[in-house]
Amino acid sequence: MSKKPSPPSFSKSASYEEWRKQRYASQKERKATYESISFRGQPELVTPENGGGVQYDSELGYPGEYPFTRGVQPTMYRGRLWTMRQFAGFGSPEDTNQRFKYLLEHGQTGLSTAFDMPCLMGYDPDHARSMGEVGREGVSVATIQDMETLFDGIEQDKITTSMTINCTATIAFAFYFAVARRRGISFEKVGGTIQNDMLKEFIAQKEWISPPKPSVKLVCDVIEFCALSAPKFNPVSISGYHIREAGSTAVQELAFTIADGLAYVEHCLGRGMAIDSFAPQLSFFFDVHNDFFEEIAKFRAGRRLWARLMRERYGAKLDASCKLRTHAQTAGVSLTAQQPINNVARVAIQALAGVLGGVQSLHTNSMDETLSLPTEDAVRVALRTQQIIAEESGVTNVIDPLGGSYYIERLTSEIEHEAMEYIKQIDSLGGMLRAVEEGFPQKEISEAAYQFQLGVDAQEQVIVGVNRYQEGGEQEIPTLKIDLGPEKSQVEKIKEFRARRDEAKWRQSMDAIERACVENRNVVPVLIDAVDAGVTLGEVSDIYRKVFGTYSDPGML
Amino acid sequence: MTVQSRPIRILIAKAGLDGHDRGAKVIARALRDAGFEVIYTGLHQTVENIVRAAIQEDVDCIGLSILSGAHMTLFPELLNKLAAENSSDIVVFGGGIVPKDDIVELKRVGVKEIFIPGTHTQDVVAWIKANVTVD
Repeated sequence: MSKKPSPPSFSKSASYEEWRKQRYASQKERKATYESISFRGQPELVTPENGGGVQYDSELGYPGEYPFTRGVQPTMYRGRLWTMRQFAGFGSPEDTNQRFKYLLEHGQTGLSTAFDMPCLMGYDPDHARSMGEVGREGVSVATIQDMETLFDGIEQDKITTSMTINCTATIAFAFYFAVARRRGISFEKVGGTIQNDMLKEFIAQKEWISPPKPSVKLVCDVIEFCALSAPKFNPVSISGYHIREAGSTAVQELAFTIADGLAYVEHCLGRGMAIDSFAPQLSFFFDVHNDFFEEIAKFRAGRRLWARLMRERYGAKLDASCKLRTHAQTAGVSLTAQQPINNVARVAIQALAGVLGGVQSLHTNSMDETLSLPTEDAVRVALRTQQIIAEESGVTNVIDPLGGSYYIERLTSEIEHEAMEYIKQIDSLGGMLRAVEEGFPQKEISEAAYQFQLGVDAQEQVIVGVNRYQEGGEQEIPTLKIDLGPEKSQVEKIKEFRARRDEAKWRQSMDAIERACVENRNVVPVLIDAVDAGVTLGEVSDIYRKVFGTYSDPGML
Repeated sequence: MTVQSRPIRILIAKAGLDGHDRGAKVIARALRDAGFEVIYTGLHQTVENIVRAAIQEDVDCIGLSILSGAHMTLFPELLNKLAAENSSDIVVFGGGIVPKDDIVELKRVGVKEIFIPGTHTQDVVAWIKANVTVD
């Protein structure tokens, strides 16, 4: 027992400040500073007196109601769980089709396609630049025939599919819809999402063909087409994931993503489209990183910020136009090659943050993804992690269960406020398209990534198994090996495909695409017919290169 | 440590189609802060471009970053093209997601070291000081 005189029993501090002075200040803390993973200093306690208060009506509202802080649907997970959507793709279309069926058999509820680097950069498998890369980081899809094989036996009007593809998104979209048309499925029934977000490519993921301006035009061609003809399809997934993975902070991730969204909105409005005709179909994609509360608050802040911008800046009248619907993926960059089984724990914590943040669909990373593409066993553990959260943990019983937490509400307001400050800065540069051309977000991210690494090197940022609790011998887990077989078969297949197609029809289709590009018309309807007539992904990309020009990395450090 | 007549010159290169440049850029900055002269190629370079840049810039070593899985194609191609230009004295090292078995094979064919994610930047600095000399 301590001999120190203690305050009389049951004595109470009159205020937070008094508590801080009387009770807290004299105690020892474990560390000199407490920061979130985004370098944000954290208070030791939040009360209604230091930012924990909240205006219920204007800042929170009820679920499914403006400003949607507590969630975009009135029922949230009591109505329907989030879509468990594991990103998959490797080798030939046959290989990935098998993996898709495996995932559906194990209870996955939507599909998500990873394409290989040649697809993502606009090269056919037999192009010199594709050597060694075909089917390696994703599935190789260069023709309508490949897309038919990829979705063989999968009903496009029942299963929603997400496609992660950007500078060639118009082409993959055309493949997918041309296949649906061949199967007699009307476009109104096809549900899914295509990433199709070029601004974040220039900012972070760095896969491109043409410069920013024509790239944004192509993004908006798909938005316009879906507004007119494919109401169940999300024509863009405005993505913070890659921005975060490239090293940004949570606030930068949110701010740059929303600013990208605003740039697409501005472009569509410039075409004469009405805000409520396309805004309901805009969707988002965020990272879920390690800092548990910061991530939950990020989703809540993002919903409120987007809703307010859509209503206040653009005069949106529909609730649906103001809803930030989002997919999320756990942070690939947080996984470690050292002691890889620990990644299961990281992924579980991140996934839980995503769910408490109210996401609409979720990918959980597999423990082996820092070593190679995931094995079936590793993917199953990742999927089971989501199922455990959904059906064992009880967190889905109550909507936005952390709403009203002093800390969460303060963090939500801070993140919203700081993201808005960034957005104002981007506005003053002339919007995100100009900011990207000037390299503003790119530089901000490089700097944050470097600061983070210095923190890791100095052991201020702890990474278990990497800079603390290291073990000598490496834990071994099995990894997926992809040989050069799919590359060979895809090269042969596309040569046969070209030899078999109707030459005259192909020529006409190529000309039609080029005319649509030159005349600045929407390319999507033309592409759907053209890929059906046998035009390949690389051939359309070559037209883009010719008409819109090419972009190369300025190589800024 | 021997006294160097001039700072070591390093080319940090990104080959192939993948756009993962976080690691390459962080390493480039760390090496520059450590006093080396660093040239960064930017993304999506062909091996020919990298070899040409290495010779033009008269570098002592090339650090190739690959996270696309194409390492078993691109590293050997780089070594072969350097040999064809009589420039095998340029030390080649690498970084990225490279499985253990592949690291063994790449070292066998002449890549001097591969750094995987989680490497301390100062370990790379120390390795270069120990393994690269200026001619």
